[in-house]
Amino acid sequence: MSVLVFAEMQDGGFKKAAKEAVTYGRKTADMLGVECHALVLGGELPAEASQLGLYGAAKVFGVSHENLTDFDSKLYAHGLAEVARKTGAQVVVLPFTVRGKALGGRVAAALGAASASGVNSLPDLTEGFKVRRPVFSGKAVATVELKGELKVLSLMGNSIPPDDQLGSECPVETLELAIEAPGIRLLKRQKQEGSIPLPEAERVVSGGRGLKGPENWHLIEDLAKALDAATACSRPVADNGWRPHHEHVGQTGLAIRPNLYVAIGISGAIQHLAGVNNSKTIVVINKDPEAPFFKAADYGVVGDLFEVVPRLTEAVKRFKNK
Amino acid sequence: MKILVCISRVPDTEARVAFTAEGSAFDESGVTFIMNPYDEWYALVRALELKESLGGSVTVVHVGTAASDPIIRKALAIGADDAVRIDAEASSADFTARQLAAFAKSENYDLILCGKETIDYNGAEVPGMLAELLGLPFVSHAEKLEMEGQKFVLTRPVTGGTEVVEVEGPLVVSAAKGMAEQRIPNMRGIMMAKRKPLKVVPPVEVEEKVQFVHFELPPAKKEVKLIDPENMDELVRLLHEEAKVI
Ligand SMILES: Cc1cc2nc3c(=O)[nH]c(=O)nc-3n(C[C@H](O)[C@H](O)[C@H](O)COP(=O)(O)OP(=O)(O)OC[C@H]3O[C@@H](n4cnc5c(N)ncnc54)[C@H](O)[C@@H]3O)c2cc1C
Ligand SMILES: Nc1ncnc2c1ncn2[C@@H]1O[C@H](COP(=O)(O)O)[C@@H](O)[C@H]1O
Repeated sequence: MSVLVFAEMQDGGFKKAAKEAVTYGRKTADMLGVECHALVLGGELPAEASQLGLYGAAKVFGVSHENLTDFDSKLYAHGLAEVARKTGAQVVVLPFTVRGKALGGRVAAALGAASASGVNSLPDLTEGFKVRRPVFSGKAVATVELKGELKVLSLMGNSIPPDDQLGSECPVETLELAIEAPGIRLLKRQKQEGSIPLPEAERVVSGGRGLKGPENWHLIEDLAKALDAATACSRPVADNGWRPHHEHVGQTGLAIRPNLYVAIGISGAIQHLAGVNNSKTIVVINKDPEAPFFKAADYGVVGDLFEVVPRLTEAVKRFKNK
Repeated sequence: MKILVCISRVPDTEARVAFTAEGSAFDESGVTFIMNPYDEWYALVRALELKESLGGSVTVVHVGTAASDPIIRKALAIGADDAVRIDAEASSADFTARQLAAFAKSENYDLILCGKETIDYNGAEVPGMLAELLGLPFVSHAEKLEMEGQKFVLTRPVTGGTEVVEVEGPLVVSAAKGMAEQRIPNMRGIMMAKRKPLKVVPPVEVEEKVQFVHFELPPAKKEVKLIDPENMDELVRLLHEEAKVI
């Protein structure tokens, strides 16, 4: 019996999501009184695989195969399911990242397991096996009971801080699996230049229609740069072509939960809030004191963004230079 | 090309989120239900565009009760050729995916399109489950979907960018923003939809593994702290000392 964590590799290493998942896996394993194992799948195994031990893995299983170089949900799900079966895992944990989302349902179906996605709390084992997860785009929280021997959980980002004090460097055991031929062929990869990727950003500066046009976006970018933040926007801004679509946050865009979300010239429509209301701290800058966003904000500034934002950027720079 | 689009029914984006006594279920009183925007705006419209350029058919399938018939009719009004409703409450992703798979298995679709997630339960699980149950390739959160010869070419997100991938069908795709533009049904579509076939089929037996036992609203937010627009140093101080986010 064990907990098996899919330690997702990104750019040949492990990012926060993988470390959070291992931390979560270890804490769950402790509750169940079993070991926590991590699994790394890829074309090549990174040297730092043994470091996952710091976050609580007792052992890392590594499967490297040329067919796993590019991501194919079928091959990855089958690899993960096979290792889960071989090692007698009773709980499989994945990060709820883009890849984790492509895998979670698939792995659950491959294992015939009960599953919950977007989980944001450790399991409650007092009666059955229960986890909590946000629903209705963060407007509510559901408690879900999972039945049966096997469970698959995908962990919402920023739900548990990665803890590198849970163990020490651990052994890496390579496993030989028969990996089928990939059905997906990578043609090209396009990097988003320069900026911080939005899904994992700790801080986000976001602009709405109040900015009036794309020519004013330097206000957003300058503040984002000072704060070391990613940039985002409301839906009409993306629909108008002022900003790229991948910056659109909200119910029909990306859902994010950074530590800091600064909303500038955004009214705070319910569909926008749905994508950002799980942010830890929300700052709203709007000239209309009645803007609905103020109800969801921690800090509010009622004023003209064209004056307030440059002032804030300067204040942040002063603070950083101190 | 034979295309299947899986559509789901969700509360309107403006709907008040409330629960029945003891938080046992979503309170549907006074709530309007709509087709899940990802299914409607992106999956369905892209399916119709492919059919318009390459020929073939678009079927929509839904797991739900008769209460869903209006959204199914809407899908037909937007342009789907026919519809199938699997007559059962879609109680969990596993249950739903097994129903969809049982139906799709014998139909040999070239392409099965879903939305990336439902906006109520936000599970993003059904499409991957369906792909696994059918043994098909799956591309998740696709922002673009084209046909090039016999192959599908898709753009999907990765952390910090996008990837363009090529896949031979049949396959399952979940659609995200960017794939197509919303279409509003016109009068002719609405009239025609009334005559299009909507077949109701019984569900297959599935053991329930997942149960929603309780719902609650998140704790209410504290009153907003208003900061003097002249004094941004104060805001920075609060973000540093109080919120501890910078
Ligand atoms: C089904 C559905 C799904 C949707 N999904 C999303 C989604 O995912 N994301 C999303 O964002 N929206 C979504 N929307 C749209 C949403 O309802 C709003 O229309 C949208 O969020 C408004 O964008 P905005 O706040 O940028 O613009 P507006 O509502 O026009 O607000 C602009 C704000 O800027 C302020 N302002 C103007 N000038 C200044 C100034 N000089 N200084 C300071 N403040 C100023 C104004 O007071 C106002 O509050 C959806 C809508 C529907 C129906
Ligand atoms: N009851 C349902 N009937 C048909 N398709 C569904 C149903 N529920 C979910 N789906 C499909 O699966 C996608 C993702 O749903 P979910 O996994 O619940 O977030 C939706 O966008 C639909 O395409």
